[in-house]
Amino acid sequence: MTDQAQLLPGTLDLLILRAVSLGPLHGYGVLLRIGQISGNALLIEQGALYPGLFRLVRQGLLKTSWGTSENNRRAKFYELTIAGRRRLRQETANWNRLVSAIGAALGAQSL
Amino acid sequence: MKLLESLRSRIATLSQRSRMNAELEEELRSHIQHRADDLERSGLARPEAERRARIEFGGQVRYKEECREAAGGTLIESLWMDLRFAARMLRKSPGFTAVAVVTLAVAIGANAVVFGVLDGLVLRPLHVPHAQSLYGIERGNDKAVNHSYPDYLDLRDRNRSFEDLAAYNVASVGLDTGHNPSGAWVFEVTGNYFDALGVQPYLGRFFHGADERGPNSAPYIVLTYAFWHTRFQDDRGVVGRIVQVNKHPFTILGVAPPEFRGTLAFVFPEFWVPLVNQEQVEGLNVLNQRGNRGLLMVMGHLKPGVTNSQAVADLNSIGSFLEKAYPKDDGQMSFSLMRPGLAGDWLGAPLRAFLSGLMLLAGLILLAACANLGSLFAARAADRSREIAVRLAVGSGPMRILRQLFTEAVLISLIGGAVGLWGSMVLLHGLSIWEPLPTAPIHIPVNPDANIYGVALLLSLASAFLFGAVPVRQVLRTDPYQVIKSGSTATAPRRITVRDLLLVMQIAICAVLVTSSLVAVRGLLRSLHSNFGFEPGKAMLVETALSMAGYSGEALPVMQKRMIDALETLPGVKSVGLVDRLPLFYGANGTHVFTDKTTDLRPANAAAETVVYNISPEYFDAAGTTLLAGRTLSWHDDKDAPRVAVVNREFAGKVFGSATNATGGYYKRPDGSRIQVVGIVEDGKYGSLAEDPQPAMFLSILQSPSSQACLVVRSSGDPQQLAAAIKTTVQDLDAGLPFTVRTWNQELESALFPSRMATLTLGVLGAFGALLSITGIFGMAAYSVSKRKKELGIRMALGAQSREVLQAALGRALKLLAIGSAAGLLLGILASRVLASIVYQATPRDPLVLTGVVLAMMLLGLLATWIPAQRALSVDPTILLREE
Repeated sequence: MTDQAQLLPGTLDLLILRAVSLGPLHGYGVLLRIGQISGNALLIEQGALYPGLFRLVRQGLLKTSWGTSENNRRAKFYELTIAGRRRLRQETANWNRLVSAIGAALGAQSL
Repeated sequence: MKLLESLRSRIATLSQRSRMNAELEEELRSHIQHRADDLERSGLARPEAERRARIEFGGQVRYKEECREAAGGTLIESLWMDLRFAARMLRKSPGFTAVAVVTLAVAIGANAVVFGVLDGLVLRPLHVPHAQSLYGIERGNDKAVNHSYPDYLDLRDRNRSFEDLAAYNVASVGLDTGHNPSGAWVFEVTGNYFDALGVQPYLGRFFHGADERGPNSAPYIVLTYAFWHTRFQDDRGVVGRIVQVNKHPFTILGVAPPEFRGTLAFVFPEFWVPLVNQEQVEGLNVLNQRGNRGLLMVMGHLKPGVTNSQAVADLNSIGSFLEKAYPKDDGQMSFSLMRPGLAGDWLGAPLRAFLSGLMLLAGLILLAACANLGSLFAARAADRSREIAVRLAVGSGPMRILRQLFTEAVLISLIGGAVGLWGSMVLLHGLSIWEPLPTAPIHIPVNPDANIYGVALLLSLASAFLFGAVPVRQVLRTDPYQVIKSGSTATAPRRITVRDLLLVMQIAICAVLVTSSLVAVRGLLRSLHSNFGFEPGKAMLVETALSMAGYSGEALPVMQKRMIDALETLPGVKSVGLVDRLPLFYGANGTHVFTDKTTDLRPANAAAETVVYNISPEYFDAAGTTLLAGRTLSWHDDKDAPRVAVVNREFAGKVFGSATNATGGYYKRPDGSRIQVVGIVEDGKYGSLAEDPQPAMFLSILQSPSSQACLVVRSSGDPQQLAAAIKTTVQDLDAGLPFTVRTWNQELESALFPSRMATLTLGVLGAFGALLSITGIFGMAAYSVSKRKKELGIRMALGAQSREVLQAALGRALKLLAIGSAAGLLLGILASRVLASIVYQATPRDPLVLTGVVLAMMLLGLLATWIPAQRALSVDPTILLREE
């Protein structure tokens, strides 16, 4: 799990942005949402999420606010900024292009 | 206001950071709680749920750290954290910190002091506008700095490369301002001196070239600012006042600005007088004598666009003209340029050589200190290997650890550097107000300026990087799991480690320093016991310059005889003699002599170059100079009698071929006069202690009068007791005559001064080197003993004798000591050739020196390993083996 977080910082960021794009979430919520949208195929060590969140806040793609969670606890909520939304769009497009290119290459071979 | 704002933002950042930490803490806690809620919902008990949640979260410490880094603390913040951590670590081991700081302070302080002297004396230009185009003129192959006045006039009027050429001379006069007459040191300068240098008066005005209208035509003086302050108490009314210089009236024209202290960096005159008044100032006028060169130094600004080589070519063409026009007075007339301020090669070259040598040695000391600290640091890092291993294991990158170690190193060296700098400031300030020779206005102007701060800072940082780099390889190779399992870094004992090399280097440097010190001391001792040609013990000197009280011409010998007669009557006085200039007193007057057969009296045909002394007949008796043949001078050899002289053995050999032919023989002086040799005395030292034997001739004051008079009073008992009686006697003779009374040994202080200073400095540096070596060897020995306690305990339990235990514990350290000493001794012998130029008769291959160094290093080794040896022997195997 350690390796995962370190090997794919870029993809982790993308997942976080995607997770948050559907609505403001606190850290634990982001973790659950990532699990949801990836069908639990991607597992991250829980703590590894937070450096990623902080990084995105520093880059201005997420903004934070304190609030109350559904469990009635105080938690810090993250939501996308306009720049974050734009980055999500760009990265998604890039990723799709990459995937289809690789897929085409692999697909052509595996005949 | 900027300070306030930065302070405010600094405080804001601090509070921001603690707020951020608190938030982070809360956020992560909240996450874990949420996870625990989920687990609880799925059926776990609350405590179990929370425990599971915490485990699932992973290493909080590490993630918190990563969050902080990701949140982008500024470089300053992380550096600040490193600093605080370093400070805490250093506080935890006060012994190490103290040793490290003191070592560095001493090393950096030494470097700062030497650099300060170098900067103040050699590197700093004179305080005149456009100092970089100001050059002095040297003459001939031996780079003499003195010229004659007629030569100067020709150089000044015929050259095309200089804006203007000025000349100056140093003299001492008697000054009477109305009360309290006293001696004063002055510069006699040409009228255009101030204009050529571009200096503006602070008060009043200066004299100019136009004021020179022939001999004694310009009775003016210009005061230095310092003299105006001390003697006239900043009285602005001095301008226009008339004072007595050597009993002649002179008018004070003005005061020079505070930073301008003349054109000789280490001599501070009290005021300036015009050179044309030389007869009044010095009691004689040699301005018309082309062959008389005195002390006249010439300098000027190069015209813009003229290069040094062009100027030299110009001067040389004038020189060849002078050679042809005045063959008797002007020998080889080639010129070269020099930086004024240090009297060219007379003082400048040996001083530069000495200071460069000192800088090298001080640099070596710093290197040794860094080696010392490097091994200490490496030992410390090895001790902290467990801590480092743990930090590596929890995910801290090795760079972070190294950065933190470096911060410690930098902190230590900055503190050490600051302490060293402070010490050096104190020392330099002391040096600048110190007057090494009470009779002469010599100072060492080393007021510290920004350069020294810069150098100290640079050295501190460089040292930090040098010794901080030592543990790097060790840290990078640390395998955390291995370390935690086995408890310490396992090292193969047979390999040569970096620390061994460092120790050898340290010891070698120390051996070099010790060798140099011993060579210097030996040389000094030898010079003290060499034959001076006179007996300084039991002799009092009465130094006066009769010109100061207005005597000249015929009155001189009369007054001198009166003084001799008066002093001879004092009880306890065996004999009284008079000499115009003491031997070994800032050099001696020199001239050429020719054999009797020579007709063409050109300097190139001279038989010898000899020093000249004008003495009273009893001088040899009073000075304790042995007469080898013939007779001494007598009071019958007066101005109407044939010219006679007494010469020394070297003179006899050079001019006559041997001592036996000399007595009764004749020789010629440059003015053609024939002089008969009536006696021969032993050789002696005349110019400096380190000179080769040179010829000397002694003329009678009746035939060759001199206004300077130094009376040598030989007493049968303790000379000091005569002091009071001598003073009253001279004062009774003439109340207005300034004079000083001291013993000859005291006077010799000035001659021995350079060698003594050199020896003292080298001795101090040697002591520093020794100290550093002791700490180095001690550190290594103590460390090795403490690390191998277990092994030593086993050895002792197995029945090893004390000698074997000691060999095991200290063998390595002592072996390194031997290697280092040998290397250092060799280097020291090679380096001591440099010393031989400064310290008289310093022969490095002296067996006493070699033995001395070996003994010293052995003593060092003994001292350093004493305590660790005791510790090794006192190991109790049973306690030890139980402990581990």
